[in-house]
Amino acid sequence: MTLSFISMMPVEKIPLGDWIESFVNFLVNNFSGPFNAFSNLISTLISGFESGLSFLPPIVLILIFAVIAYKRKGWGLSIFVIIGFGLLWNLQLWPELLTTLSSIITSVLVALIIGIPIGIIKAHSKIVHHITRPILDFMQTIPPFVYLIPALMFFGLGTVSGVIATVVFAIAPPIRLTYLGIIQIPDELKEAGEAYGANPWQMLYKVEIPGALPSIMMGINQCIMLALSMVVIAAMIGAGGLGKIVLRSLSVVDIGMGFEAGIGIVIIAIALDRMFGKKDDKDTK
Amino acid sequence: MKKGETLIKVKNLYKLFGKNKKKALKLLDEGYTKKEILDKTGVTIGVQDANLDIKEGEIFVIMGLSGSGKSTLLRCINRLIEPTKGEVYVDNTDIISMDKKELREFRKEKFGMVFQHFGLFPYRSVMGNVEFGLEIQNVDKERRKELSKNAIQQVGLSGWENKMPASLSGGMKQRVGLARALAVEADYLLMDEPFSALDPLIKRDMQDNLIELQEKIQKTIIFITHDLDEALKVGDRIAIMKDGKIVQTGNHEQILTEAKNDYVKEFVHDVNRSRVYDARDIMTKPDDILYIHEDGPKTALHKMKNYNIDYMFVCDKNKKYLGYVVIEDVKEAIDQKKSVLDDIIKKSRTAKTNENLNNLFSKITNNSYPLPVVDHDNKFKGLITKTNIITNLSRDND
Repeated sequence: MTLSFISMMPVEKIPLGDWIESFVNFLVNNFSGPFNAFSNLISTLISGFESGLSFLPPIVLILIFAVIAYKRKGWGLSIFVIIGFGLLWNLQLWPELLTTLSSIITSVLVALIIGIPIGIIKAHSKIVHHITRPILDFMQTIPPFVYLIPALMFFGLGTVSGVIATVVFAIAPPIRLTYLGIIQIPDELKEAGEAYGANPWQMLYKVEIPGALPSIMMGINQCIMLALSMVVIAAMIGAGGLGKIVLRSLSVVDIGMGFEAGIGIVIIAIALDRMFGKKDDKDTK
Repeated sequence: MKKGETLIKVKNLYKLFGKNKKKALKLLDEGYTKKEILDKTGVTIGVQDANLDIKEGEIFVIMGLSGSGKSTLLRCINRLIEPTKGEVYVDNTDIISMDKKELREFRKEKFGMVFQHFGLFPYRSVMGNVEFGLEIQNVDKERRKELSKNAIQQVGLSGWENKMPASLSGGMKQRVGLARALAVEADYLLMDEPFSALDPLIKRDMQDNLIELQEKIQKTIIFITHDLDEALKVGDRIAIMKDGKIVQTGNHEQILTEAKNDYVKEFVHDVNRSRVYDARDIMTKPDDILYIHEDGPKTALHKMKNYNIDYMFVCDKNKKYLGYVVIEDVKEAIDQKKSVLDDIIKKSRTAKTNENLNNLFSKITNNSYPLPVVDHDNKFKGLITKTNIITNLSRDND
C-alpha cells in the first residue's frame, strides 16, 4: 500500500544528487590549481606545528602548557594539565596527541583568520549579512559526514581533508559571535567614537574590536570545541591522531584502546576550553 | 573673536525619519501636524524648522520633554545625525557641505561631546577614556598624558586615573565623560542630558561643578535637558522645544515672564509653584524641647537658662505638640513645689509644614513667641520666628 502512494508522485525525480556531483566534478577539474595551493598551505601549517611540537621533549611541552594554564586560570587547571598530559604520555599516545593538537590548532587558526574578518564585514554590510546567514545555517545543520565526500575529492585522503572539513564545521561560531559582539556595542560608544572624529579604521580597532572582544573570545572557544568534536569524524577521511585510534578500535572492537584515545580527546578538550574560555575572576581582579 | 559673537548658526533645519521624506516635507509645508504626517506617510518628524544662534562663551540650553527632538537637533550640529534639510554653520563654516573626511577633521578640532549614559569605554581605564579623543587625533603619548591629567584634575578625579569605569559611581563616570571632552581642548561642548541619569543630590553637585568650571574654561556649551530647573540653573539662554519645533528662545527672564505659548506657560507655572517656600523650607530646629512625661519645672528652668530663652515648647512622649511654657510660670511652679508641667502649659496657634509664607506671616504677627510647626499628625517639626519669614520674603522678591 505505502509503496503505491510513494509512486504516485506526479513529477519525475529531480536529479539533485547528479547536479551536485557534476558541480563538484566541475570544480575539481577546473580549479585544481587553487585547491592544490590551498592544500599545500594547510599541510605545511600542520607539519610545521607538528614538527615544532615534537621537537620539544614531552616533559618540556607539558610544563609549557602548565605555565600557560596557570597564567590563564591558576593552579587547578595547571595541575589538571600536568596530570592529564602526563597520563597520555604514559599511555604512549604522545605522537597521536601531537598530531591531533596540531591539526586542531591549524583548523582553528584557519577558521579564525577567515571567520573573524567575515564577522566584522557582516556587521557592517547588510548585504553580506543576508548572504552569509543562510550559508551559515546550512553549514551548521548539515551533517558533517556529507561534506567529507567533497573534501575528499578536492584534497584527497589525509589530514588536510580532515582539517578542511573541520574548518567548515567550526567556522560558524567565530563569524556569528564576532558579528554579534560588534552589533551589540551600545550606540553611545559608537557615537562617542564618531563624535571625536574616529575614522573607520580607528572605529574598528579602538571601539568595535575591543568592545566585541568578550564575544569574539567566546567564538574562539566555541570554534575550538567544535574542532575537537570533529576529531573522530575527520579520521574517517584519513586524518591521523587520536581520532584514528578511536576509529580503529571501533573496527576491531577493542574497548580498551578506544577508551584510552577517547579519554585523550576529553583531556585536550577540557584543557583548551578552560585555557581559551571566558575570563574568570582571576583576570578581572 | 569678540565676546558674544554668534559662533553656531542653525537655519531652517529639518530632520525626518522614514522613507517618504519628500512627500512629508510637502505636507509639512501645507501645515499638517506631526501626527497627521506620521499617519499619512509613515515619516516621523524629528526636528522641524529649527533656528538657533549660539554665542561665544554661553551655556545654551535646549530643553524639552522626551521625544521633542532636542537630542536629534544636537546631533545635527555635529552631523552625528544627517539633517534632512537646512543649514548649519559653525565658525562660519558650512557643516552640511563637508565630505566625511573634512567632517571628521572638523569634529576633532571643534567638538567635545558628553553623553546621557556617559558613553565610556568599559575596557579602558579612566585615563584611557580621557585620552581617547587625543588618541584619535594621533597626539603623541607625552602630550596626551599631560592634557589628560590636566582634564582629570579639572573635574576633580585626580588619583582615579587607573580605575576602570565599572568601579566608579554615576557622578564620577560623568566626570570622566566631561574630562574626555575637556581633554581635546575643543571649542564647543555638546552635552546630551549629561546629568539626567544621576540621582538628585549628585545632579545638583554636578551642575554646580559645571557652572564653576565654566567660569574658568569659558567654552561655548550646548546643553540638553528635560528639566526646567536645571535649564534655569546652568543656562545663559534657553530654547524650549516641543514636537520637533523650537517654541521659544530667550534668557531666564524672558522664559519665566514672557511665556510665548501655553506649553511654555505650563512649564514655567510648575517652576513658580515649586519655588514658593512653605513652612518646612524656612523653619528652624529648636535648641531643645520639653517632654511632659519626664521633664518637670526644674528641668525646664535649667534648660531655659542654659539656652538663654524665656519659653520652651512641650511635647508628649510621641513628640505630639502640646503647647509652650514661659519662664515666669515655671519659676512659680517651682515655688509651689509642683513636679509636673501640666498646669502651666499654654496653648498656641500652630503652622502646618506645607503652609505658605503669606499664611504664616498673618499667623505670626500678633505672636510674641515663635510659631511651632507641626505635621498632619500634630507632631512637632520645628519653629518659625518673625525673622525667618521676613528674610525669606525679601529673598523671594529679589
